[in-house]
Amino acid sequence: MARMTFMGGIHTYEGKELSKDKPTTVLLPKGDLVFPLSQHIGAPAKPLVAKGDPVLVGQMIAEAYGMISSNIISSVSGTVKAIERRLTAAGKMEESIVITNDNEYKKIEGYGQNRDYMNMSKANIRDAVKEAGIVGLGGAGFPTHVKLTPKDESKIDYVIVNGAECEPYLTSDYRLMMEEPEAIVEGLKIILRLFDKAKGIIGIEDNKPDAIERFRALTAVESNIEVQALKTKYPQGGERQLVYVTTGRKLNSKKLPADVGCIVNNVATVAAIYMAVAKSTPLTHRIVTISGDAVEEPQNFNVPFGISFTEILEAAGGFKVQPKKIVFGGPMMGKAMYTYEVPVTKTANSLLGFVKDEAAVEESPCILCGRCYFKCPLNLLPMKLQLMGLNNDEENFKKLDGMECCGCGCCSFVCPANRSLTQTIVQTKNKILAKKHELQELHKDHAANA
Amino acid sequence: MSDLYNVSAAPHVRSPIKTNSIMQDVIIALIPASLFGIFNFGLRALLVILVTVLSCVVTEYVYCKLMKIKSNPWDYSDVVTGLLLALNLPVGIPFWMAALGGVFAILIVKMLFGGLGQNFMNPALAARVFLFISFPGRMASFLVDKVSTPAVTDFLRDGALVLDGVSGATPLGQLKAGETVDLLKLFVGHIGGTIGETSALALLIGAAYLFYRKVINPIIPFSYILSFAVFALIFGGHGFDMNYLLGQILGGGLILGAFFMATDYVTCPITPKGQIIFGVFIGIMTGIFRIIGSGVEGVSFAIILGNLLVPIIDNLTRPKTFGKERVKDVK
Repeated sequence: MARMTFMGGIHTYEGKELSKDKPTTVLLPKGDLVFPLSQHIGAPAKPLVAKGDPVLVGQMIAEAYGMISSNIISSVSGTVKAIERRLTAAGKMEESIVITNDNEYKKIEGYGQNRDYMNMSKANIRDAVKEAGIVGLGGAGFPTHVKLTPKDESKIDYVIVNGAECEPYLTSDYRLMMEEPEAIVEGLKIILRLFDKAKGIIGIEDNKPDAIERFRALTAVESNIEVQALKTKYPQGGERQLVYVTTGRKLNSKKLPADVGCIVNNVATVAAIYMAVAKSTPLTHRIVTISGDAVEEPQNFNVPFGISFTEILEAAGGFKVQPKKIVFGGPMMGKAMYTYEVPVTKTANSLLGFVKDEAAVEESPCILCGRCYFKCPLNLLPMKLQLMGLNNDEENFKKLDGMECCGCGCCSFVCPANRSLTQTIVQTKNKILAKKHELQELHKDHAANA
Repeated sequence: MSDLYNVSAAPHVRSPIKTNSIMQDVIIALIPASLFGIFNFGLRALLVILVTVLSCVVTEYVYCKLMKIKSNPWDYSDVVTGLLLALNLPVGIPFWMAALGGVFAILIVKMLFGGLGQNFMNPALAARVFLFISFPGRMASFLVDKVSTPAVTDFLRDGALVLDGVSGATPLGQLKAGETVDLLKLFVGHIGGTIGETSALALLIGAAYLFYRKVINPIIPFSYILSFAVFALIFGGHGFDMNYLLGQILGGGLILGAFFMATDYVTCPITPKGQIIFGVFIGIMTGIFRIIGSGVEGVSFAIILGNLLVPIIDNLTRPKTFGKERVKDVK
């Protein structure tokens, strides 16, 4: 069968060879650990500890607050040093719990206990996922227990595991797939237990043939799990693209995958679900890629949450050249930061250092070549949307579906005139969303006053 | 200060293809046709090319200086305009006329409307049409053979230039008069016409390079040529006469226009559907001008008319957003 693909998309320099073949190194923290209360989509968690309190490995130090939120679990044992505002990789100051490590790694009771996960009730599985503080580890950080609780679970036809890892340079998912494929397959089986008629799909880009082979071998006996080789093209791992390519169903910005009968989870999230449900191990670690042409020894590290990126970078030999730009996340959608003295959070999948800043180029006039349109995976007209954004023409911006933009960056990447297409469109979109939010708040106030 | 990291919004990587590399590709693609023009018409063709390119570059530079606009001299778009203009001119054109064409293309059509990317019609074609309307006699006298290169002093009193070349009817003129043409000669290009339009072979080599470099896509050229061929088949009055059809396709400015002028990014529609509509429209218009109209050539007029319709075509062929229904009425 010819592989289906989505429209648009780009081929970039992959940069994965820098770090993909080195085994993941387990790294223990040296300094204090910092746990921001907001490292997921939704409301910040509420702290359960106070300054001076002792904590253990696996202990919940902050609790989900409200419907969409997530628990935060300590990755070390020690004492709470402070609860204060600290800088995060997103460039914001966030209220954080700072823990001094006693280096004893005393665990809470029941940590790591095996559970008979194939006979657990659905409610127990969901509870275990919620308890463990699991959020989408691919980068968005949507609380997983919310995802696993759709309005109508009988309507779910596919559980899709995202192993595309389409962002250049990142190899943390690849390393996980090579080193712990069983955890991913078992994790998928656990999710499938929640949805009676669902079929499992593991989607992996075909630039990782060894991973595809490995998963095919592991799932050969599973009748309802299929491994799909996806075309290597950015943004193959985008939710809308992945759902379309694996199932033929189309999403837009207003629809969740569950609306078209799909549940999508990143491989690391699925492995975390397995650890939480089968091994009673909450989410306290993740794999982080340290890469880029400025890094001495690009590789992956398995690190506890809260550890500073400075320590991880040191373990990778530091920078061999002073980088011009450092990026948290992939080069297409990641955030550039002015410092790497920030803690690892649930959604922090990498630190990249680049000798040259390719994006530091001057804009020139649009020549209407249409490359941005041809490469847009959502079939938008970025060149027009950018002009509308620059002119504050929000009405037409919305009419031309600017609000659908997923911010993948393809348009800016291909623009021969170096125009800041994605940048302006995303900014305009966020501005409109913020206004809408403000308006809603205002209406609420009025309603309350009336 | 240099130790600080750059901070900017994503994405942080850029494709190596830039505006100037695209323009350079177009120039490279036009080299075979230019060389053939020089080979066919003699060194004077080279001088015409130099005059128009220089006049375009200088006009843009002076305009930017006077208007205090930061000019981008390395985007080569002015060179492309000058080169395309020269290829659209007869070799015997007085140099001052060629230079005037360059000034018109850059100043009136491009810069006054906002510069690169803002022109509503192809500058080179607009200039050609301007010259054609202003100096119909000069623009329509084509030569078949080489012109001996005049001495330096002759450049200055250009109007008095003695042309040694044999002037003759272009293939399209012959076809209009009901004669047959030598197709091989047509394809190779040893015929009368403007400097760059005669050799279909050289133009197709250049076009193949542009396809290979993914600078242009084949939608417009093919829908254009195909729709024109169908029009000629139906209304040409010759039925299915290969000599007539191929003569019409290879004989005039159609190949040059279809691959290099109609595909101009700025003045063609964005979506594939819009590009098909555009190609078919200019194909039919070319047919009307050439076959029904009184003239023998109509590519320039057809493409320029097509250029004017581009905003409307773009609006009618708005793409459908992934996962959503089509939107209408966007101003």
